Amino acid sequence: MDLDPILLSRIQFAFVVSFHAIFPVFTIGLASYIAVLEGLFFRTQNPAWEKLSAFWTKVFAVVFGMGVVSGIVMSFQFGTNWSNFAQASSNFIGPLLSYEVVTAFFLEAGFLGVLLFGRHKVPAGVHLFAALMVALGTFISAFWILVANSWMQTPAGTEMRDGVIHVLSWSEAIFNPSFPFRFLHMVMASFLTGSFVVAGVSAWYLLLGREKEANRKALSMCLWLILFLAPAQAFIGDEHGLNSLEHQPTKVAAMEGNWETQSGVPLLLFAWPDQETQSNLMEIGIPHMASLILTHDWNGVVPGLKEVSPDEQPPVSIVFWSFRIMVAMGLLMILAGVIGVILRATGKLYSTVWYLQSLRLMSIAPFLAVLSGWFVTEVGRAPWLIYGIMTQAEAVTPSLTGGMALFTLIGYIVVYAMVFTAGVYYLFRVLQMGVEDEEPVDEEHDRAMRPLSAAHVTFEAGPYPGRDHDTHAAPLNKGGH
Amino acid sequence: MQLIDLPLIWAVIIGFGVIMYVLMDGFDLGLGILFPFAPDEQARDVMMNSVAPIWDGNETWLVLGGAGLLAAFPLVYSIFLPALYIGVFLLLAGLIFRGVAFEFRFKARTSRYLWNWAFAVGSMIASFAQGCVVGAYIQGFETQNGVYVGGALDWLTPFTVLTGLGLMAGYALLGSTWLILKSEGYIQEWAYKITRPLLIAVLVVFAIVSAWTPFVDELVRQRWFSAIEVIWIFPVLALFCAYQIFRHVGKRNEGMPFVSTMGLFIFSYLGLIASRWPYVVPPDYTLWDAASAPESQLFLLLGVLFVIPIVLVYTAWSYWVFRGKVKAGVGYH
Ligand code: HDD
Ligand code: HEM
Ligand code: HEM
Repeated sequence: MDLDPILLSRIQFAFVVSFHAIFPVFTIGLASYIAVLEGLFFRTQNPAWEKLSAFWTKVFAVVFGMGVVSGIVMSFQFGTNWSNFAQASSNFIGPLLSYEVVTAFFLEAGFLGVLLFGRHKVPAGVHLFAALMVALGTFISAFWILVANSWMQTPAGTEMRDGVIHVLSWSEAIFNPSFPFRFLHMVMASFLTGSFVVAGVSAWYLLLGREKEANRKALSMCLWLILFLAPAQAFIGDEHGLNSLEHQPTKVAAMEGNWETQSGVPLLLFAWPDQETQSNLMEIGIPHMASLILTHDWNGVVPGLKEVSPDEQPPVSIVFWSFRIMVAMGLLMILAGVIGVILRATGKLYSTVWYLQSLRLMSIAPFLAVLSGWFVTEVGRAPWLIYGIMTQAEAVTPSLTGGMALFTLIGYIVVYAMVFTAGVYYLFRVLQMGVEDEEPVDEEHDRAMRPLSAAHVTFEAGPYPGRDHDTHAAPLNKGGH
Repeated sequence: MQLIDLPLIWAVIIGFGVIMYVLMDGFDLGLGILFPFAPDEQARDVMMNSVAPIWDGNETWLVLGGAGLLAAFPLVYSIFLPALYIGVFLLLAGLIFRGVAFEFRFKARTSRYLWNWAFAVGSMIASFAQGCVVGAYIQGFETQNGVYVGGALDWLTPFTVLTGLGLMAGYALLGSTWLILKSEGYIQEWAYKITRPLLIAVLVVFAIVSAWTPFVDELVRQRWFSAIEVIWIFPVLALFCAYQIFRHVGKRNEGMPFVSTMGLFIFSYLGLIASRWPYVVPPDYTLWDAASAPESQLFLLLGVLFVIPIVLVYTAWSYWVFRGKVKAGVGYH
């Protein structure tokens, strides 16, 4: 069997970046939430807000730590597997990725330590300021990385000279056509992720009857947010799609499963796209709807996949189905928001068990939506890496063999499986401990430590090895300071 | 634009980043290498505590170096990483394991021994891989038109294995002298005891590498042997530092062994740069060949010049906050 280094590199990139992506979307949302909680506490001095903030800061610390670990891998991927791409695009992509790191560096150096370890060390106002700066920092990080990605989707402001990209206009390249949509859509996605996770965890605590006051407050806040953000996200997504129709029509055709350029295109609910026969093996759809959504005209003409030759088409099924998963999640989120407001109006929000249970389940919905959204964007761009300029085959590292790529792919899967099982397991322990257990900690020793260390929860129950006097089977690691 | 030599500025910045990384991550990687040999679990607690507050700042220099290379010297980035493909993977895997071990060991109870191993093995693999990178750099890379055309394991030769082991010994030396500075009692005594053997191991590798390097490459030979040049100052100073380590360990001095080890590293590093300058991808490309477009270098320079001083101040501050001895049994984070 021939191992294809291009395919394996694509799978490897998709694997490591998907892994990475789930952590930042959560931290971006959570950082803003924490900043809001800190602000509320600062204004009202109600300890419930401080409790919530302290708890979610612990969760933030763990998730942020895992984002950093997986992010370090990302910064070497371009060089190891896509070295021709790195070489050709470095004039633009290099500074962007560096700015991302520099931002993170700056953040980590300055404000993260104060946020995580300084609660009782610095004045309340300074702590709030640190929370705001951390939230701002996550946006700036996302800004740079999304600029890089959007430019690869809709390159602008640059010119290819002797095989190397040169920047003609930084502002045009940075604010390229798809960037505003992608950035907004992503920020909204992060807020929704934060909201649904916090809502799900709060609902769970309420079901268990724990810390009612704080958790009701949290749940209520999140549901208001969801009520407005979920429809807004659908709207932005629609605009995003219209923008793609203009710049990447083939991708949109794949999302719609539309092979022929035609008018009155139906919106397909279910279909089996088949690349071999260049048609759908079966389809169920709502007549004229796709034309209506994409062109705002009942009989509008929508370009089809056959506009380009089969080897310039992306893998249609992946794009088609990922898109449907994302939209389904989006619709479910809107539904969750609406049911929430109805229950609130009837005064049964905190006592409706089935609703609280379904909120628990819904906390994975945003992650599914985010990953499938990225699959639409990224797979839909194939075979291009820089749209219209460089293909994946041109970009791959020339010296890379299938065997090498397979080796590292398996390697990353094994390493991530081990490390992230531990991480996620630990995260669940933090969640299990809940909002109640807040202990004064020895901050002198903690300051400037790694993010994860801000969560003072032991890894598993049981005594410390070699310390028989240590009987703290209790939740918190009392001996740990 | 001709007034300032941007590639030169960037070479200095990245060179500075690399030595910062080597010195700072060096001693905490070194502690990881020494970990399995520590006298007892309490000593391991102290070892880890002595770097827990600072090690992650140390590692950020590596990320900055990686991204900075892509931005400022893309040719280096796009030749080194493919050439060192497997090594880079091992390096990252090692760093991930030890990074996570840092967090979870303090929180683990029954599974603690697993995290001990993750920390030790992760540190060893990462150090070895870094040492191989140094060796591969001395060896040079097989390229055609700016593209790496060698094989997957070209970086793994007897020579690079030697530099890999050498860097492991060097990091262990940094680790043991750091521990002398930060510990007391029987742990410090143990650190004193292992320092001289480690130093001898480093010097042996140093000697073999120095004798071998001129045969690896013609340019290097010329640079060292065509005439007695100023460049000989570096190995002389490095040896002087080695002698200082030896002497101060004998006198049971606490600070000087670590300072002298840093000196040993700095002068060896300068010697290495001097023998290859200005080639950044030996044997074919100089730093000017490898540079990205001036406007890109300038664009990033602005941000970096703003952030690096702040990071340095912060780094100094956190070392200051955590100065002094780490006491056994206190705060096993
Ligand atoms: C800065 C650039 C960038 C960013 C922010 C992302 N990607 Fe990406 N992605 C690439 C740059 C890239 C790439 C280097 O351009 C790849 C490698 C091969 C390819 O076709 O594009 C790619 C491929 C790629 C593929 C494989 C596509 C295919 O082979 O057909 C998937 C599934 C994803 N990515 C998923 C994601 C996810 C879930 C992301 C969420 C964070 C993401 N990407 C962010
Ligand atoms: C190819 C894609 C990506 C690369 C190369 C990359 C690179 C990195 C790196 C190196 C870090 C660690 C920084 C540190 O040392 O602290 C990091 C963290 C992070 N990344 Fe990514 N990333 C990618 C995709 C994304 C995406 C799509 C987002 C979100 C929109 C994102 C947002 C973040 C955030 C918020 C953090 C943590 C906060 C921080 O350290 O700034 N990244 N990323
Ligand atoms: C229900 C309404 C939604 C619509 C119509 C929609 C539309 C779209 C479209 C058209 C794209 C592809 C953009 C391209 O062509 O490159 C996209 C990408 C994406 N979507 Fe959605 N979306 C919806 C809901 C959501 C939700 C609820 C989330 C997450 C919480 C989400 C997260 C993403 C992400 C992360 C991407 C990839 C990044 C990007 O290109 O912006 N979407 N969406």
